[in-house]
Amino acid sequence: MKKTITFTLNGEKRTVDVEPAEILLDVLRDKLGTKGPKYGCGRGDCGTCTVLLDGKSVRSCLMLAVEVDGRKVETVEGLSRGKPSPLQEAFIAHSSFQCGFCAPGILMTATELLRKNPRPTRGDVQEAISGNLCRCTGYEPIIKAVLSVTKKKNKK
Amino acid sequence: MTVSPKKTRAASKYRVVGTSPVKVDGPALVTGRAVFVDDVEPDGLLHAAVLRSPHAHARIKKIDASAAEALPGVKAVLTHKDVPRNIFTTAGQNYPEPSPYDSFVIDRKARFVGDVVAAVAAETEKIARQAVGLIKVEYEVLPPVLDPRLAQKKGAPVIHDEKEARVVLPIDYRPKQNLAGHVDVVIGDLNKAWRTADSVIEGEYSTPYASHCAIEPHITLSLLDPAGRLVIYASTQVPFHARRIVANALNLPVSRVRVIKLRTGGGFGGKQEVLIEQLCAALTLKTGRPVQLFFTREEVFTSSRTRHPQIINLKTGVKKNGNVTGIDLRILMNTGAYGAHALTVVSNSGSKILPLYRCDNIKFWADSVYTNLPVGGAYRGYGATQSSFAVGVQMDEQAHAIGMDPLKFHQRNHIREGETSPIFAALGEGTEGVEQSIGSSGLAECIKRGAKEIGWKSKRGRRGSGPVKRGVGMVILMQGSSIPYIDMAGATIKLNEDGSFNLMVGATDIGTGSDTILAQIAAEVLGVKTGDFIVYSSDTDLTPFDVGAYASSTTYLTGMAVLTAAEKVKGQILEVASEMLNKPVSSLELAGKKVSPRGKGAGKSVTLAEIANYSLYVKNQKQIIASASRTSEKSPPPFAAHFAEVEVDTRTGRIKVVKYVAAVDCGQPINTQQAEGQTEGAVVNGIGMSLFEEFRFSSTGKLLNSNFGFYKIPSARDLPELKTILVVTDEPTGPFGAKSVSEISINGPMPAISNAVFDAVGIRLRHAPFTPEKVLRALREKRG
Repeated sequence: MKKTITFTLNGEKRTVDVEPAEILLDVLRDKLGTKGPKYGCGRGDCGTCTVLLDGKSVRSCLMLAVEVDGRKVETVEGLSRGKPSPLQEAFIAHSSFQCGFCAPGILMTATELLRKNPRPTRGDVQEAISGNLCRCTGYEPIIKAVLSVTKKKNKK
Repeated sequence: MTVSPKKTRAASKYRVVGTSPVKVDGPALVTGRAVFVDDVEPDGLLHAAVLRSPHAHARIKKIDASAAEALPGVKAVLTHKDVPRNIFTTAGQNYPEPSPYDSFVIDRKARFVGDVVAAVAAETEKIARQAVGLIKVEYEVLPPVLDPRLAQKKGAPVIHDEKEARVVLPIDYRPKQNLAGHVDVVIGDLNKAWRTADSVIEGEYSTPYASHCAIEPHITLSLLDPAGRLVIYASTQVPFHARRIVANALNLPVSRVRVIKLRTGGGFGGKQEVLIEQLCAALTLKTGRPVQLFFTREEVFTSSRTRHPQIINLKTGVKKNGNVTGIDLRILMNTGAYGAHALTVVSNSGSKILPLYRCDNIKFWADSVYTNLPVGGAYRGYGATQSSFAVGVQMDEQAHAIGMDPLKFHQRNHIREGETSPIFAALGEGTEGVEQSIGSSGLAECIKRGAKEIGWKSKRGRRGSGPVKRGVGMVILMQGSSIPYIDMAGATIKLNEDGSFNLMVGATDIGTGSDTILAQIAAEVLGVKTGDFIVYSSDTDLTPFDVGAYASSTTYLTGMAVLTAAEKVKGQILEVASEMLNKPVSSLELAGKKVSPRGKGAGKSVTLAEIANYSLYVKNQKQIIASASRTSEKSPPPFAAHFAEVEVDTRTGRIKVVKYVAAVDCGQPINTQQAEGQTEGAVVNGIGMSLFEEFRFSSTGKLLNSNFGFYKIPSARDLPELKTILVVTDEPTGPFGAKSVSEISINGPMPAISNAVFDAVGIRLRHAPFTPEKVLRALREKRG
């Protein structure tokens, strides 16, 4: 039984036919060509599939696509409109990613954090991204990048 | 030859080397535009799934795939009957490989829970998985070997009883006894060592199975190009080895196979293995269609490769003055069901730790045995991780036994510049090693600066009064840089008409940053910026050969190939400029994207763009391009001193790493930020191994914790305060003085943390990981 869903994906209205049991991650990647979110574990442990649903981070590998009907989804592709966001710039400057496979998820989690809490402490950043696994960096340059955006904001 | 370290050399000696320009792949990674294998979706793509053995050891008596084949959407089912019976090793090593040939694309015997039994390609992943469930297999279940200590017992089940099992190098391989590799070396007189020692300590240490946990699971996409050639898009550390191994496994000439490494989402050694490419390719050959095969996370845990567990028996002798009289290192390594890297990992357990201590009497003895458990493989540290733990802890025990500060003990005992070790010549990669003396070492400085940063003097021996005790511990480490006379790397550089360059390397950036640092090396030579290079790695059709990303070789070895190619291109540029300016080459210099006569006001200059245009369009036309390849004659060790500060909660047994200092001598860092990144990533992985990472098995050999919920790896919350100190030295044989940095620092946390726990609560943790249960048990035993 296919169901037609309509939702906002990175600011654009999208309509797509999905099976009731289809996973959001698969629909984003395979049906809508949004390849940013990745498969890393399929059970919500690693966080590389993280997207924002109505501004809140969710694991797209644990969501059914039908659940986003009528709602707003943001992925890493939606962060840069023409040019990289200040957060993306900070990640580039700090060489925050090595292989970059976790990046699409970490960027979304960090975006959520900074929207909710523009001046997080180091502990806030650690807590926020603790559900996003990275095996390459030891997290240090990721934390530094997020905090550097905060500092810039503080100066203003 | 003694070369004094140039610790104070200003980074300004170089224009690009030693700086941290933006990673060439940085922007693609943060925008989600980087293309990983899973992001490629050709028309007509089929999806594959694998049937895996539920038994640790079983012969396939009968296999019936008819129901699976009849399922609508299924395009191919492969069993052992449908693939060539060619034996090979999955280890991505140079040919002839030092790992035994003991693997088939699909075999008629399963040797561990999770071994390949059959593979399906279907229109959707769902159909493929459904089809897997319809394959009927009749197994003859055989008794398994689940304890490496019992593998060589008389009457033990023979795991590799196939007649084809063999080695292609003269190594000690006895499959009938489940022995996948053996090596032993004796130097000096051990009896004398024990006689002359004031303290002789013997102990058993062990390290468990561990998973690399690259966040991108193993994945491959294969298809046939218009000429009918097999094209494999791989997430791999070893594209050229993959081409050779797949061609051999499937009876194809190498010329019919092309391997393209796409963005690779981490490797850590786990992708130095040709594990799924041959299976995926076999499905493409059968169907004529593009096929994608990926491992689920569970499959990565059960069926990819792991860190080989080791049981280490170590005996050392030390005099009261701190001199080490003897080291006897005996290792029983469990290689699991296949012998991937079985001999070389355990050889490295000797060769990457024993030269570190000045000692005349050394015995090294190692068996690598088959069991019906998951398969070991290359894992960052490559055997040095396991042995550095045992040796690092026992040297701390020795310092304690003779009443010497470990800091002083290590300061007096470590190998110095200009010195050599007989181990270098004795232990190689499946063959004898290569004699070498230490050309650069900043280890003394690493110890000094690391001790200062951790606050050794003020913190050592001050446990505190409450139930939570504090301690500090240290360890010294070494690794290598490439495999001498075996590894080879090539590079090609080409000038384009706007003054940009293509840099094409077979070396594989798997997140290590090598695309960036190789461009930096070329930029240093060619007087341009890192961003002036379009870096392409790697494609077996287009880029020169490189062994791949392993053995800490890329910066050192590929770096030299790039440097040589850049110098050749520079020569060609100067020749064209000489013709354009009508001045001798010797009077010209290349800097700032142009060639100018030397000296102020010496005349007009020409830009690289003008030179390129001239050579492409104007006169004596030619492409400015050069290739170079290099091997190495040495494997210069990077050195490190690591320091850990811990808190041990004596009520719960929980260890918290409060601060961790890694002082590393990697020669001249090409890119400081990347060198720090390699160090921090390795340290955090090592902390995970120290505190919680280990495989747990059922009594029948099934892995019980094959997901991140039950196999925990460090998250951002688990971080201590991390401090990396790069001690700059000048390695005479390295590109701009560089040595390796990627592996060494994973070897530190287990011994440093164990030693810090001893300082805090007086217990010796000799079996990793140091779980609260083990800590509490040891505390209880100590209380008596």
